[in-house]
Amino acid sequence: MEHIHLGAIDYTILVVYFAFVLGIGWVLRRFVKSSDDFFLSGRSIPSWIAGLAFISANLGAQEVIGMGASGAKYGMMTSHFYWVGAIPAMVFVGIFMMPFYYGSRARSVPEYLKLRFDEKTRGFNAMTFAVMTVFSSGISMYALAKLLELILGWNFNTSVVLSAIIVLVYIFLGGLTSAIYNEVLQFFLIVAGFLPLVLLGLRDVGGWTGLKAKLAVVATNAGYASGAWSDSWKHLGSANANPMGVEWFGMIMGLGFVLSFGYWCTDFLVIQRAMAANSMTAARRTPLVAAFPKMLFPFLVILPGMIAIAVQTSHGGLLPVGADGTPNYNLAVPEMLAHYLPSGLLGLGLTALMASFMSGMAGNVTAFNTVWTYDIYQSYIRPGKSDTHYLRMGHAATVFGILLSVAAAYATTRFNNIMDMLQLVFAFVNAPLFATFLLGMFWRRTTGHGAFWGLLLGTAAAAIHHGLTLPHGDVAGIKGGFLGMVLHTYPSEMAQNFWTAIFAWTACFVLTIAISLATSRTKSDDDLTGLVYALTPRITDTHLPWYKRPAALGVVVLGLTLALNLIFW
Amino acid sequence: MNLDLRWPIGLMFGLFGVILTGYGLLSDRAIYTRSLGIDVNLWWGLVLIVFGALMLWFAIRAVGRRHHEREAAPPDSPPAQ
Repeated sequence: MEHIHLGAIDYTILVVYFAFVLGIGWVLRRFVKSSDDFFLSGRSIPSWIAGLAFISANLGAQEVIGMGASGAKYGMMTSHFYWVGAIPAMVFVGIFMMPFYYGSRARSVPEYLKLRFDEKTRGFNAMTFAVMTVFSSGISMYALAKLLELILGWNFNTSVVLSAIIVLVYIFLGGLTSAIYNEVLQFFLIVAGFLPLVLLGLRDVGGWTGLKAKLAVVATNAGYASGAWSDSWKHLGSANANPMGVEWFGMIMGLGFVLSFGYWCTDFLVIQRAMAANSMTAARRTPLVAAFPKMLFPFLVILPGMIAIAVQTSHGGLLPVGADGTPNYNLAVPEMLAHYLPSGLLGLGLTALMASFMSGMAGNVTAFNTVWTYDIYQSYIRPGKSDTHYLRMGHAATVFGILLSVAAAYATTRFNNIMDMLQLVFAFVNAPLFATFLLGMFWRRTTGHGAFWGLLLGTAAAAIHHGLTLPHGDVAGIKGGFLGMVLHTYPSEMAQNFWTAIFAWTACFVLTIAISLATSRTKSDDDLTGLVYALTPRITDTHLPWYKRPAALGVVVLGLTLALNLIFW
Repeated sequence: MNLDLRWPIGLMFGLFGVILTGYGLLSDRAIYTRSLGIDVNLWWGLVLIVFGALMLWFAIRAVGRRHHEREAAPPDSPPAQ
């Protein structure tokens, strides 16, 4: 695309934003006195702040760009990543799992695994998580710098260095509190930057009705039923009837159950925000507070993509079409910004894009420095040192975590395939995780050996399934089929991913049960108090008004999500 | 809580609002053809001013409430910001 030209006013907005981000870190620096302050915000964050940070940490630039791209490519079905693939899991983690995460006083998710199971399960989770967070933050840094190079003509190196320094400074100064505060700022900024874009776009295409009519043309041109881009459920009966190439069972089980619960209920990146909350009730409310804006986010991040593809009658809409006839979907959001926003608001929109990138990166860095310091350094390298020692290590980990991310970003520019492969391996590691936590929290008989080997073999099951299947039209290699034969061909890569997750989860679930029954328990009921459902006293919250009770909030959230699904059925 | 987050949110969005509103009043109308002829800087600037003011108002109210509480109990540390 042509470079977007930014005026003085746009740069002013960007600079004001950077000043506030750094200023917050500066003001917060004097409140960081112990490692608890640095890694867990001294467990002092009210639930509305923790809740907004909970979704913001997940809302990296790749999410904003990627959801816009999927909106253009798949239409309204993309909303499943929110209404099926996030909200139910967020309600579950708040109501059922948070009592153990927060109540056990574990300082991280791997530490919970150590308390519940044993050292090796924690070690496995801590190592894979630490490596994953560094690479994800590196990959998103790469993605942002590439994007800025493409749409603004900015120098790749300058973007990488500038963003790394800003994130480094504010986390170094204020620790997790600073990351969380800035994530909330970024949340509001993303809303302020994208809402006018959506409103203008909708006005241009004649509202939802107008958009639907225009998307019907896109759908019929692509050979699908006219509502394929504007309905969320109607075309999920068979994988051939929708552009995603997924059927309802794979969608609900793969995305809605395995992948979504695996991410929202076990990923320390998001759980850390809730662990920093100032009370058990606040911790449980964190994901529920987050669920309200989360269910409306499709309108903010998916609609721009849908509008971009529909607004012009030509093939690809606003998007540039490549030589092979496929539109460049990743440019949906940048093209929309350039198309509708004049100087001024354009600056705000681009600032929002950068903010989303920083919140994603800061989330990774704060999760990394905590897991590194508590679960690796304190556990295996230097146990039994003073708190000041670990606080210093936290500062150091922030610096080298960011240096490693920068290295990963540059590695990505050199070896794209290695990054694809790493992301694939991460997917294998993540897929079975939720089975381990589910059994650990709700079945006291689960043993450490069961959890560890179940997890490892579940990961292997994911790799084997992926190695024996291929998406339609792809050749054996990184896309699958690398084990020498192809037993099944999926209609799309997404369908293959969903089914890989389903296989991994099932393998882990069954094997953990089998191995647990075959091995003897090493933890007594007393050891497991506060860690397992049946051995933990119920939390009573009847003294709170109904709208502050997690269970009641959960019901409201699920009811509203159901209503949204029905409206856009 | 050490720093009431509503201060920076209110200040930043208030400032964005003022900048955009000012620019909306002064800028050449021609740049608004792409935004369907609407002076979006002006209107969105006003929205952001209202949002920022609301946040500041919440923050000020909280200071007042803390002040009341302190009159009952002796002060231990000065309020942040």
